[in-house]
This record gives sequence, C-alpha cells and structure tokens, in this order.
Amino acid sequence: MPSTALLLSQAFNGLALGTLLALVASGLTIILGTLGVLNFAHGALFMLGAYAMYVVMAHTGSWLLGLLAGGVFMLVVGVALERVLVRLFYQRPHEDQILVTFGAGIVIVEAVRAYFGGNTKSVPTPSWGQGIVRLGFLFYPTYRLELIGIVAALLFALYLVLYRTSIGLVVRAGIEDARMVGVLGINVRRAFLAVFALGVLAAGAAGMLYAPIVSVQPDMGGSFLVEAFVVIVIGGLGSYPGAVVGGLIAGEIVSLTSAFNTAYSEVMLYAVMALLLVLRPQGLFGSEGRV
Amino acid sequence: MSTSLLEVEAINSFYGDSHILFDVSLTVGRNEVVALLGRNGAGKTTTLRSIMGLVTPRSGSIRLDGRAISGLPPFEIARLGLQLVPEERAIFGQLTVEENLRLAALTAPQAWTLDRIYEFFPRLRERRRSGGRQLSGGEQQMLAIARALIRDAQVILLDEPFEGLAPLIVRDLVRISRDLAAQGRTILVVEQNVVAALSFADRVYVLNNGHVAWEGTPAALRGDPALMKAHLGV
Repeated sequence: MPSTALLLSQAFNGLALGTLLALVASGLTIILGTLGVLNFAHGALFMLGAYAMYVVMAHTGSWLLGLLAGGVFMLVVGVALERVLVRLFYQRPHEDQILVTFGAGIVIVEAVRAYFGGNTKSVPTPSWGQGIVRLGFLFYPTYRLELIGIVAALLFALYLVLYRTSIGLVVRAGIEDARMVGVLGINVRRAFLAVFALGVLAAGAAGMLYAPIVSVQPDMGGSFLVEAFVVIVIGGLGSYPGAVVGGLIAGEIVSLTSAFNTAYSEVMLYAVMALLLVLRPQGLFGSEGRV
Repeated sequence: MSTSLLEVEAINSFYGDSHILFDVSLTVGRNEVVALLGRNGAGKTTTLRSIMGLVTPRSGSIRLDGRAISGLPPFEIARLGLQLVPEERAIFGQLTVEENLRLAALTAPQAWTLDRIYEFFPRLRERRRSGGRQLSGGEQQMLAIARALIRDAQVILLDEPFEGLAPLIVRDLVRISRDLAAQGRTILVVEQNVVAALSFADRVYVLNNGHVAWEGTPAALRGDPALMKAHLGV
C-alpha cells in the first residue's frame, strides 16, 4: 500500500495531467461537435505547441513571449489547416476526414523531425516556477502547481468564450444542429473556421504549458491524442463540460493507479471507459444520438 | 409585374435521384396567409425546404420581392427575410429559451426586442431560463415561431406547426397563427390538420404527388367534399 504522501502527490499529478487533458480534449470536442470532424492531427498540434515554446524559450528565454508567440502561431496554423484542407472535407464521409487529418498529423510530425531531429529537447522551467513548494507534509514542484492554476484559468477563459459571447452561442448551437444555425441567418462556415482555430489553439496551448515537464520530441502527441479521445468518450462527444470533467477523471485515474502499479494506469483508464460505455453510452454529459 | 412577395415558378426538386417536385408553382402575396395542403409525401415539406435553400431545385426559379434566391445558401436566404419554422422545430436543447432567441436575432437587421417577443408569448418569458430540452411540445413550437418573429421575417414558412400536439395546445397555436395573420404577417403554412389550417388561411394550394393539383380559397375547398377526399383524405 503506497504512503499517504505518495497518494496525495499523485493526486496533484492527476490534477496537473487532468487539466491538461481537459484543455486538449476541449479543443478536440468542440471541433468534433461543431464541424463533425474527428481531428486526428490534434496530437501533432499539441506537439507543435511544445516545439513553439521550445524555439521561443531557446532564443529569448521568455516564457510569456513563448506563450503569446506560440498562441499566435497556433492560430495561424489552425486557420491555414482549415482553409487549405479540412474545409474541403466537411461534406465527405467520416473515414475521409479521419484519413486526411491523420495524414496531416503525420506530415506535421515528420516535418518537425526533419527540421529539429528526433532527439529529445528540454524546455527550461520559467524562473518563477523553479523549486518546490511545501504543502503541509508534502513537497511538490512549484511549476506543476502553477500549471494547474494556469490551465484552470485558460479553461475558464474558454468557458467565458463559449458561454458569454455571441461566437460561443453560435458554436454551442452549431454543436447541436449546424444546419439550423444556417437557417437562422448565420454563416456557419465562418463559425467553423473560428472553432477549428480555437480548437487548435487549445491543443497548442496545452503543448506549450506541458513542455517544461515532459521530454519534447516529435512523437509526444500520440499517446496524448489517444487519451484525449478517451476523455471525450467519457465526457460525452461534443460536450465542453464533459471534456473538462472527463479530463480531470482521466488524469486522476492514470495518476492514482500509477501509485499502485504504473503498468496498469492506462489499463484502468480503458476499463473505466468500457464500464461507462456499458452504463451510459452517451458519456457523462453527452446526449443520445448526437455526432 | 406581379405584386407577389414570394414567387415560386415551375421548380423541380430531387432527393438524390428521386424526383419529388414537378413544376411546382405558387405565389404568396404581401400580408397573405397561404396554406399548402396534401397527403403525406405529397412534397409539401420539400417545397418549403426548396424555398429556404435547404434543397436546391434543379430547375425553375424562386423570387423574393422580385429577387432571385434559388441557389443561395440558407443563411443568405434567411438574411433576405425568409424564415423556415421546421417540422421538427429544431430547438437547441442545450441552449436556454432566451439563448435560442438571441441566436436567432444575431443577424437580423431589424430584430425585435426580447420584451416584444415576451409580450406576444408570455409563456416564453416564464420559461426564458429553461433549457430548450425541458420545454413541452407546445412551448417548443411557440419558441420556434418566436425565433422567426424576432428576426422580423418578411415571409414565415411554417411546416406542420400543429403536428403531434394536444388539441388544447393546437387551439392556442391556431389563435397565435390568426393573430399573426391579423397583424399582416406573410405566411406559407404546410399542415396535415386541414381544418386548423383553413381557419386562418386566405388561399390554398393542394399538392398531390409533387404536382400542384388545386388552387383556390378555403371556402371553395370546404364546399367540395370530393376534392377534399381525393387529395386530402378527409
């Protein structure tokens, strides 16, 4: 039986992982819900965000600049990807959409490998995030703790965009019935562009923030993509609250299981997903017969 | 030139390879309420969907206020002042009543205020914070009509507004429809409930197998039981 301190520390790790999964998955879920496209390039875009942070940090040493420049870069990538590629596939079958985004992901990963090489890059922790914090009887890395707060703030910002703005209103309606949004006089295609760019930004931001605590390398997005899929299945396809709650649940399952046996952490995640699919096939916040 | 606000001229619409509408022509004048009747599968809904741009006719023309709209995407047609209230109502269940209305008003050049809508539908004011999914069938239909009204649509296309609702609710909605007609709203209504539709229509078209089979006044239709039986089964 692991010690209480270890369990507590893993619970915090679960929160850090969970908020990041929530951020990646919310990007995935709003794209899936609104556009109907399952974006298999999402993991590669997460990785691209981490490299954006690496490049800016290596040249300027500024974390804040990395976040801002990286954010603009991800928006540009998102807009370009939607205009040049994804847009052409809205009317096509899901298999085609999966294949084309999967292909785009491979191109991004291999382009990064060709340019930066396949070896691991390390991104320094920003100055204000170094060291450890004492939480009662537990010592915990400062940056990880701050990370939880930063990602929570980003998730809240995304919540405000989705629930307090006109574009958010269009997105939430579009997730339910994009055609009816058009019948009410709204140019859904333009909203699609904004949603795709926003989803890509969410994936990239997660990569940027995660960069200092993982090894940055071209294939880092793969496992994150799979976990993000599990998150949106648990939370309910197309549901933003589902992505947040599902992300936190998934993060805790993986981290707490690791405290007992690392080998079973992913197994436990899939077991919970399978159980949930039996009991509540539409996911925690999903509605039946959608997407 | 004709004075009709909406003119549909010899349109032919298809779903895939199946030919649904055959040279359908109809007109709706300003401030006129026109009922489009017919049996199930006669092409009534397809006619409305063709006008709204959800189905693009392969031939023929559709004009709103003299301007050709056939081939435009639905959102542009909506901005020109046509508004479909679909059969399935298509209320956004995850949005509140008020959000449904605000969404509809977003791109309307002369949107009504929420207060004006709530005066017309006091029930919706009571339910304004409720999610669309929590509404009863009658409330959903009111909200669907309210979304067209808040846009101040020039022409409202009502698809089976009374379908699947309890008689008391239908009575309320018929009263609302009459109020709209009395206010001079221009409405093209598709309905299976012939009696209800005839109670507020100025003119009637009967569709049969995708063809316009008859055109006339409600009184003339009521006075012709053979016609009613042949085309409407009542």
